[in-house]
Amino acid sequence: MASETLIRVCMGPAGIAAGGKQVIEAFHAALVDAGVSAQVRERCSSHQVGCMGLCARDVLVEVHQGDVKTVYQYIKPDMVQRIVDEHLVAGKPITEWLVDEVYASFYRKQIKVVLADCGRIDPEDIDAYEAVKGYEAARECLTNRRPEEVIEEVKMSGLRGRGGAGFPTGLKWELGRKSRGDDKYIICNADEGDPGAFMDRAVIEGSPHAVIEGMIIGAFSMGARNGYVYIRAEYPLAVERLKKALDQARTRGYLGKGIFGSAFDFDIKIKLGAGAFVCGEETALIASIEGMRGMPRPKPPFPVNRGLWQKPTVINNVETFANIPAIIRNGCGWYAGFGTDKSKGTKVFALTGKIKNPGLIEVPMGITLREIIEEIGGGIESGRPFKAVQTGGPSGGCIPASMLDIAVDYESLAKVGSIVGSGGMIVLDADDCMVNVAKYFVQFTQSESCGKCVPCRVGTKRVLETLERITTGKGKEDDIERLEKLAGGIKAMSLCGLGQTAPNPVLSTLKYFRDEYEAHIRDKKCPAKVCKGLLTYSIDEATCKACGACLRACPSGAVSGEKKKPHRIDAAKCVRCGACFEVCKFGSVNRE
Amino acid sequence: MAMVSLTINGKKITVPDDLTILEAANRHGIAIPNLCKHPQLTPFGGCRLCVVEIKGVPRPVASCTTPVNEGMEITTVTEQLEQHRKFVLELILSDHPNDCMTCESTGSCQLQELAYTYGVKGQEYAGERRTYAKKDGNPFIERDLEKCILCGRCVKVCQEIQGVEAIDFGYRGFKSKITTAYEDDLNCEFCGQCVHVCPTGALTGKLWKRKGRYEGVKETDTVCPYCGTGCNITVHSKNNEIIRITSRPWTWNEGFLCVKGRFGYPFVSSPDRLTKPLIKRKSGEFEETTWTAALEYTASWFRKIREEHGPDALGGLSSARCTNEENYLFQKFMRAGIGTNNVDHCARL
Amino acid sequence: MQKTLDNILSRYRESGGNVISLLQETQDAFGYVPREAVQFFSRELGIAASKFYGVATFYAQFRLRPVGKHKVTACCGTACHVRGAERIMSGIQRELHVTDEEDTTTDGQITVEKVACLGFCSFAPVVLVDGAVHGKTTTDAVIKEIKSLRKK
Repeated sequence: MASETLIRVCMGPAGIAAGGKQVIEAFHAALVDAGVSAQVRERCSSHQVGCMGLCARDVLVEVHQGDVKTVYQYIKPDMVQRIVDEHLVAGKPITEWLVDEVYASFYRKQIKVVLADCGRIDPEDIDAYEAVKGYEAARECLTNRRPEEVIEEVKMSGLRGRGGAGFPTGLKWELGRKSRGDDKYIICNADEGDPGAFMDRAVIEGSPHAVIEGMIIGAFSMGARNGYVYIRAEYPLAVERLKKALDQARTRGYLGKGIFGSAFDFDIKIKLGAGAFVCGEETALIASIEGMRGMPRPKPPFPVNRGLWQKPTVINNVETFANIPAIIRNGCGWYAGFGTDKSKGTKVFALTGKIKNPGLIEVPMGITLREIIEEIGGGIESGRPFKAVQTGGPSGGCIPASMLDIAVDYESLAKVGSIVGSGGMIVLDADDCMVNVAKYFVQFTQSESCGKCVPCRVGTKRVLETLERITTGKGKEDDIERLEKLAGGIKAMSLCGLGQTAPNPVLSTLKYFRDEYEAHIRDKKCPAKVCKGLLTYSIDEATCKACGACLRACPSGAVSGEKKKPHRIDAAKCVRCGACFEVCKFGSVNRE
Repeated sequence: MAMVSLTINGKKITVPDDLTILEAANRHGIAIPNLCKHPQLTPFGGCRLCVVEIKGVPRPVASCTTPVNEGMEITTVTEQLEQHRKFVLELILSDHPNDCMTCESTGSCQLQELAYTYGVKGQEYAGERRTYAKKDGNPFIERDLEKCILCGRCVKVCQEIQGVEAIDFGYRGFKSKITTAYEDDLNCEFCGQCVHVCPTGALTGKLWKRKGRYEGVKETDTVCPYCGTGCNITVHSKNNEIIRITSRPWTWNEGFLCVKGRFGYPFVSSPDRLTKPLIKRKSGEFEETTWTAALEYTASWFRKIREEHGPDALGGLSSARCTNEENYLFQKFMRAGIGTNNVDHCARL
Repeated sequence: MQKTLDNILSRYRESGGNVISLLQETQDAFGYVPREAVQFFSRELGIAASKFYGVATFYAQFRLRPVGKHKVTACCGTACHVRGAERIMSGIQRELHVTDEEDTTTDGQITVEKVACLGFCSFAPVVLVDGAVHGKTTTDAVIKEIKSLRKK
């Protein structure tokens, strides 16, 4: 029995951060000591499988004995010995360390299409991908179908661009097909720039061949002979795996001349992004691939007519391409069976923030926010009241707690002033200040503005200045009106999507959390106690134990006090950094 | 070339289908405000002032980059559009020094003119302004980047017309600026094409400084004397001194000049300049004389040499700075007058 | 240096490329983009130096000044932000007397950088110290780590 035992330790980025390597070492040592033979493998690592998603419970350890799988959570190196002794030697799993109900509910509501193979197959092995019917869809299309038929299938599936704007993919391909020119390009946008979304990275790391297969099918449909993957240089593992996958596909003849024995030639090159959020915008991305500054240009002409090197170009994002093989294999009807009337299929979200089970999830469109947050996410981590969820990143908005029952799809989120976007979903609780959240996103878009058009370049700067004023207690009565005017002007007049959506975080928080803005401006108070400039710190003399922790922590010498005498904070010297509040073990530092 | 019909502000027009809306409007006498579009340069689409409404299109579009289409119904002025334009002007001016009083470009500044037209003072969204301590030390072009509105015309003219690419956009967002490589002092041909297309006071001639703007300034259209190309120039003079040379955009050289034509004028009022002929006497000293005397003196030597050594002992070298007519006369003089074919010209600048 | 530049240039000439990939390879080789490299490529390829400079200052990846011996990278993605990334960043900067602009200590030892999102959102806030991930971290823990770097 012992020889059949397989132990898999999570070694994804999160697993490594949580100490996965040490856990593996502990297993090796403990197994030798106990004289048990078992295979210890890395899960989610560069040699085995992609990430499963529930990173918050790391280090996750799976023990496979025959068909029985036991999963432990939060494993630290010092816990390994007991697992070996009790489970492997004595045959009794340690019940209190097993994953709980949350682990099951995390997966119950999810439907995995894009992430289906992530975590199941070895992403660096093309055989593993072919074993799960990989490249069958591409073979079928290239050898048995006409491009028009493939486009029709994709159209009927209802798949819409997963990069943010939700443009129907089949329609885009059709426009690409109809566009005149012998040289056409297809580009996979993997320049995931939304701070708080990492599904594209996960998909490429977990199932790079699915993306390549999707691109082959897309290229065949529109008649493109050259493809590019534009990917962030900050994702070295994804780049590495993609390179390997491309080499493997080329060796098998799935890329290159006469693919699958057909007359179709196609190959893919990798271009590394150099760190500019705006390059997620199609025309900026094209400029960047051409080696220039990533400044968007006005549309029309659209890239499908005049794109890369002035040739017809179709750009889709990673998740969109990864959906394609499954759609072709299972048929458009199968895919359209998920989701709502206008938003078909599934969508991957990066669920983060103050949530109990942060991680990557894939759900059918139309699922409610409540199901995602309460059932999959397990609710708020701190137990503090849920306040809002921010979707769509810097172009999206904040949806308040009162709207938890809305469906998550393109139309419903747009209706409440947010967007699906690339799929960032950040959960906020009562400790989060909505003005601060708005400020964070404006700070981001402002620093990522390319600077080409005036409304975005200067306008977002003025919005940020106003928000900075408000959050430091210098807000003026007419600042809300000023914000609204700026937001309206920037939305209407900006050149590209970045500027046109940059005001959304401000507008949506103004809509649902206006009282917080007013508290900052009129009462000079931050209700969530986040905005530094609006807080004052003092020490409660009655409970202060004079331990000196705050005195040592204070960077500005504002705390004074001797041993055994209550300490004091000099308000004039205080820089309101909150260090004293954080270090006090007795709750004696008041923050108001 | 195919033609398309469309209406702008209710006026039905027919234009070639490769025009933009802005070009079509301008051709039919309809002006649309803009700052970043220069007629001789490719469109940029950054200032957003040229937005128009197209029936059926949900948001305002930049007319400088949108091609015309059959049946388009375009409106260039609505209350909403004018408000949008005011908004953009407010933002531009909120990051612009309010120093028209002392600015070299007052009166010839497109930004100033638009602010005046729309009554925008730039105070509504006042905030941080870009400040640059370092000034460019080159001898000809004053680059005041605080006045730059990042329209990109200078970058385009340097690339598309002059082919030099001395400058480009640098950085991004609010920190964007037009810069040379490594922000060194400008070290280019100094043709000043960038100065010519700049719509504000960001680029001016260093020689112009404090010499006069429009009050008491006389403008004289003439031809550049430097070479046979014969660019049309406009000499700005005040108190009988040349204070600036420009070229009008509708001249055959389209307003473009070279460094000599644009900045090489101070010799005109230089104290070292010769204004009377001199004859070197036997003593070796130059002696001032009259034109008649000087020409007679020269002619007598020509005659003497021809008589003693034959006409081929003489040769004539003309200048590319002369006009065709002048050069024609010169070779005629050499061939028919002197009697030699020894005639050439410098033919280089 | 010249040899490295020649190599980069010959790769460029063989396999094609553009200003961005040239700069990326240069930075991989030297840790930053030296001025001499730009001048060399500009001269050899007839691409204006201003173009290189415009691209290098546009993209966050490129550094125009040498990088410190050690690198501290604070993730400032949304998940990290709501868990106090800003406080950690300013704590590190205060400790090392560096700013967003002057991001390397005067002794050239440590460079402090911000990054938009590293994708470790479930371990927010995250700081990388010489590439090692420190999840769910605090200002104090990072500063302790930095102090031990200095001793190395």
